[in-house]
Amino acid sequence: MNAVIEEHDNHHGPDKGILRWVFTTNHKDIGTLYLWFSFLMFFIGGICALGIRAELFQPGLQIVQPELFNQLTTMHGLIMVFGAVMPAFVGLANWLVPMMIGAPDMALPRMNNYSFWILPFAFGMLLSTFLMEGGAPNYGWTFYAPLSTEYAPPSVTFFIFAVHLMGISSIMGSINVIVTILNMRAPGMTLMQMPLFVWTWLITAYLLIAVMPVLAGVVTMMLMDIHFGTAFFNAGGGGDPVLFQHVFWFFGHPEVYIMILPAFGVVSAIIPTFARKKLFGYDSMVYATASIAFLSFIVWAHHMFTVGIPLAGELYFMYATMVIAVPTGVKVFNWVATMWQGSMTFETPMLFAVAFVILFTIGGFSGLMLAIVPADFQYHDTYFVVAHFHYVLVPGSIFSIMAAVYYWLPKWTGNMYDETLGKTHFWLSFIGINVTFFPQHFIGLAGMPRRIPDYALQFADWNMVSSCGAFLFGFSQLLFLFIILKCIRGGERATERVWEGAKGLEWTIPSPAPYHTFSKPPTNMAEAHG
Amino acid sequence: MNILKRPKQIWLLPAFLFSHVASADWFALNLRKGVTEISREVYDLHMLIFYICCAIGVVVFGAMILSMVIHRKSLGVKAASFHESTKLEIAWTVIPIVILLGMAVPATSTLREMYEPGEPELDVEVRGYQWKWQYTYLNEDPSKEIQFMSALLTPQDEIQNRAGKGEYYLLDVDNPLVVPINKRIRFLITSNDVIHSFWVPDFAVKKDAIPGFVHESWAVIEKPGIYRGQCAELCGKDHGFMPVVVHAMEQEDFDAWVITKQEEAAKVFEIVGKSWSMDELLEKGEEVYARNCAACHQVNGQGIPPAFPSLVGLGIPVGPIEAHIDILLYGRAGTAMQAFGQQLNAAEIASVVTYTRNAWGNNMKDSVQPKDINTMMASQ
Repeated sequence: MNAVIEEHDNHHGPDKGILRWVFTTNHKDIGTLYLWFSFLMFFIGGICALGIRAELFQPGLQIVQPELFNQLTTMHGLIMVFGAVMPAFVGLANWLVPMMIGAPDMALPRMNNYSFWILPFAFGMLLSTFLMEGGAPNYGWTFYAPLSTEYAPPSVTFFIFAVHLMGISSIMGSINVIVTILNMRAPGMTLMQMPLFVWTWLITAYLLIAVMPVLAGVVTMMLMDIHFGTAFFNAGGGGDPVLFQHVFWFFGHPEVYIMILPAFGVVSAIIPTFARKKLFGYDSMVYATASIAFLSFIVWAHHMFTVGIPLAGELYFMYATMVIAVPTGVKVFNWVATMWQGSMTFETPMLFAVAFVILFTIGGFSGLMLAIVPADFQYHDTYFVVAHFHYVLVPGSIFSIMAAVYYWLPKWTGNMYDETLGKTHFWLSFIGINVTFFPQHFIGLAGMPRRIPDYALQFADWNMVSSCGAFLFGFSQLLFLFIILKCIRGGERATERVWEGAKGLEWTIPSPAPYHTFSKPPTNMAEAHG
Repeated sequence: MNILKRPKQIWLLPAFLFSHVASADWFALNLRKGVTEISREVYDLHMLIFYICCAIGVVVFGAMILSMVIHRKSLGVKAASFHESTKLEIAWTVIPIVILLGMAVPATSTLREMYEPGEPELDVEVRGYQWKWQYTYLNEDPSKEIQFMSALLTPQDEIQNRAGKGEYYLLDVDNPLVVPINKRIRFLITSNDVIHSFWVPDFAVKKDAIPGFVHESWAVIEKPGIYRGQCAELCGKDHGFMPVVVHAMEQEDFDAWVITKQEEAAKVFEIVGKSWSMDELLEKGEEVYARNCAACHQVNGQGIPPAFPSLVGLGIPVGPIEAHIDILLYGRAGTAMQAFGQQLNAAEIASVVTYTRNAWGNNMKDSVQPKDINTMMASQ
């Protein structure tokens, strides 16, 4: 019987031509689709960012006028969050989760296909708003009412529909991840034997299922206010604009962790490999991830310290937010302890992972400062906040995605990438990102508000520096594209194990990973996690 | 500067650079200490937490960097095999908790002071509009209430790079908020349209102005001076162009200012009552238009369709004058066109209506008198 199945598998390769990608239910194909889609969105969101930085290169209005500037900041945020970072992690989950738990595919392959193919339509619609009368969404990615309802351009309805589609896609994707992890682990693999990437994704998927409906709810309430005469957020009709912010951030804060927990998983895979040493404190890593996820639900109003919350509320949200530093600290200490007395080498994935730990921690420090309510009154809605969340999202989430791509690319393509180019890409990105965002701490403290197209003269010097860094970082990503294309086309053959210290089931199968893997479940669970 | 041209004195260069840095405005790197007790406490709190973060950073990054230098495969290091230590893990859970408590205590006490109720000695209502502020000095006698709009003074020419930028580029307004020092001033903050945020860094006051809510915040300013801030919440197109300027002065100067303002109000009453010639209306109207209308409808009246319609040769300005006055007074719901009835006085409304009906080739040749506007408003 087994022989028959294997025989069948050997004949069942991918379809030919474009339809392979349209109809595919293969987790590797879908993972590839997600990753390329997110890379495209990363460039589109990046173009918006460079438009913003070009305008802010000097005081005065030069390149874009305020209406377009607001559209660029909004679309930059929406595209990067929903189009680049989230789909990239879903792509990694698709490629890696089945291979890491020894499953042949995702549990719900057809739904997997739908959840990807919704995205091009969602973002096609969102991007088409640039061509509409009144322009694209211009109310910030946080789309606070009533700016996003009564005062919004007509394209807001398309934005709402696009957000609904993204939400459906995310919910389907996370159901798939949960069902796969809970039901399809190789026999003998306990939950506490799963690699941390699988653990972090399991928790992330629960976060997604919990909060995407809240986002859907808030945009539906907007839709009702705009078209059906309700007044949820309209003070003139007895509604409450602050309600919008509570609902939005009840989604929005867990969303922040949705974008960073899988990154923790990636880094927890890479550092042990290149330190040639087991991950320090596996159990506490799992518990820390779960605690962070839990805390993420009860701190949302720290985004709203200036909306006039009573003293008791401010104190509660301050303390709860500060508590997050504890499990996050545990993670950082564990990574450092993993490196300690290791036998380290610094290939490109390790460089990105180490930079992740340092720069994410800097973002954590500014996050702690922002939690302190009296100080937050000064920081809130300034460039200090912009610097903070870019430190956790760019050298945080995005560096971890890049680290993951370099780390697993040999497994995906069967070829080694060009190490010299990879390191060059790392250093250009590392310098670019710090030159862009470090000075933004200063201009924020000095008093420059966010989301302004023009600024007072005392902010001019650091803005110019920041813009230079942004262009360096932006253009360096063309090198990343080149390295990936070069690696796909050829290069030194990758071994099964690829990295000397790599542990995990995905390293027990050939490189490139065959179209179908683990048709027969693996038995050696000693490989399961480092 | 000359030293750059004289190679022999190149040794002076570091000194020159240093003096340049030393003269640089250090405010450009850090928070302001500000001019209230609260703002200084906030500054101290900020620095305390900053130093704690730096100390933690030195320890954590120090260990990492040391490890990266000495625990390298290329140095022949063999990896150790330890991968857990309950003691260590308890230590680095408990120590951070203790540090956090050390931060929470001063933060709590400062926050409590900020929320301390006190008897206000002056009440100012701060009302956000797209894209200007309205200040009302509340008074039990409504006839003594002072109210005015405060809008950006920086000319479009500077913003569009047609003229050099002044020292207070984007941070200057036509009518600053004037307050006395050493008095507890209560700001009652609200909005007329979208959410704005009233922020004066020197007072450590930042509070969102939200339609339907009145939030309060307060300050006791210790030093006379001009303090500048900006709207901090994205509020639409000209969010970057609605600064807050507060002029704090001694009590006697403030009292004198109040009297001038009250006299001005009486004068407005008088000019609204008089008859205006066409030329007077056009002259005044052009000025009012530049300050209130040009940001959207543009100086040449062409607007930025479709959001901000053109006023030239079509639509409202060449239609019936009653409808024209109506849209100015009451705005148009669902669009960016605001109700100016509460923002501009009757003379300003009358003159700007007259101006737009007769500018840029809109040759309507009709006009309206301020007193007619008052009549219209009273009849509503």
